[in-house]
Amino acid sequence: MSVGAVAAFNLLVRRELCLSFRRPDQLLQPLLFFLIVTTLFPLGLSPELSLLRDMAPGVLWVAALLSSLLSLDGLFKSDADDGTLEQLALCGQGLTLIVVAKTFAHWLVSGAALVLVSPLVGTALGIPVGAFPTMMLSLGLGTLTLSWLGAIGAGLTVGLKRGNVLLSLIVLPLAMPLLIFGASATDRAISGTNAAGALYFLAALCVFTCTLAPFAATTALRITLE
Amino acid sequence: MLKGVSLKLAPRQLLHICGPNGSGKTTLLRVACGLLRPEQGDVSWNGHSISGVRLEYQAALAYASHEPALKGDLTALENLRFAVGMKRRVSTQELRGSLEQTGAAACADLPARVLSAGQRRRVAMARVLAMSASLWLLDEPFTNLDAAGTELMSALLRSHVEQGGAALVVAHHDLPTLLDSRRMDLAA
Repeated sequence: MSVGAVAAFNLLVRRELCLSFRRPDQLLQPLLFFLIVTTLFPLGLSPELSLLRDMAPGVLWVAALLSSLLSLDGLFKSDADDGTLEQLALCGQGLTLIVVAKTFAHWLVSGAALVLVSPLVGTALGIPVGAFPTMMLSLGLGTLTLSWLGAIGAGLTVGLKRGNVLLSLIVLPLAMPLLIFGASATDRAISGTNAAGALYFLAALCVFTCTLAPFAATTALRITLE
Repeated sequence: MLKGVSLKLAPRQLLHICGPNGSGKTTLLRVACGLLRPEQGDVSWNGHSISGVRLEYQAALAYASHEPALKGDLTALENLRFAVGMKRRVSTQELRGSLEQTGAAACADLPARVLSAGQRRRVAMARVLAMSASLWLLDEPFTNLDAAGTELMSALLRSHVEQGGAALVVAHHDLPTLLDSRRMDLAA
């Protein structure tokens, strides 16, 4: 009996999660990077709360973008290296479903995990607890968008030996609007003003990339596979 | 590469593609399974270009590249479950049965990274078996196998063809004598 798209999606997400939890070092590295980088700023500059609060949105978002990038390189590369990507491409489910499932799973173990630890970083940077929901929502939208942008870059660079630098060069310029509006949303939440505008923009970017990026990433991956 | 190459494969046929290194054997197999798009010409399945019936064609084929295509962190059984499960609903018993048929039953619960090259090849062949595909596309399926393994794989290939399946096998050496195959040589 053939397998439906939903069942195949679930199975592939389970596979990705299973692989991630079997390699805890790769799972923890981006999170630890996020925690360490954000902790270095108070140590390097000044522990003064008002200064930390002013810098917090920028520090938080730059660290989040860079730590998300750390794990993007392996999105398709390990499967391409051991030949399992070819098996997935020929499984009869269509390459787009494979890309969507792998990117979603990547977001779960990198972006969503980063959102969950962000209150810890927020506390270290002096962000008030009342700003946490907006900070977490903006990070959730931003990291999901970044995973999709990263999927396009990862698809284009999967055949390269040292593709991670090129991947960063492709993805980081595209992520600038995320940084601007994400930091703005967090900043407004800290200052107690309305962050809805910036959040709407982040949500629009997220919907835009969720709609178009799967096809762009699939095309990029198909070109590389050929 | 592959200029002027034309071949047809019907049920109950085994076609052996051979030729020296660099003659395009693996390229031909990748074109045949749709991973590579030919610059000219076409690959057809049941009279239709595979670009038009891609998913139907993929559902009917099982491809084994020269890489065993196993995740080292997953057990042999998990590798099979995730790979075959994307194609068809399959039970654990069925997967264990496939591993048993290829002589890899003892590897079922071991991580693929600890398996020898020959064991990995057997697990890869078990994946092909478990897919219940009518068309097998195999790249150097006898590499790293011992004499018993070669005999076992030959028997599985023969059984597949006798049951109405078709197989395209790329191998740079002669196939075992117990296999009745057509042979096609690619020039260097």
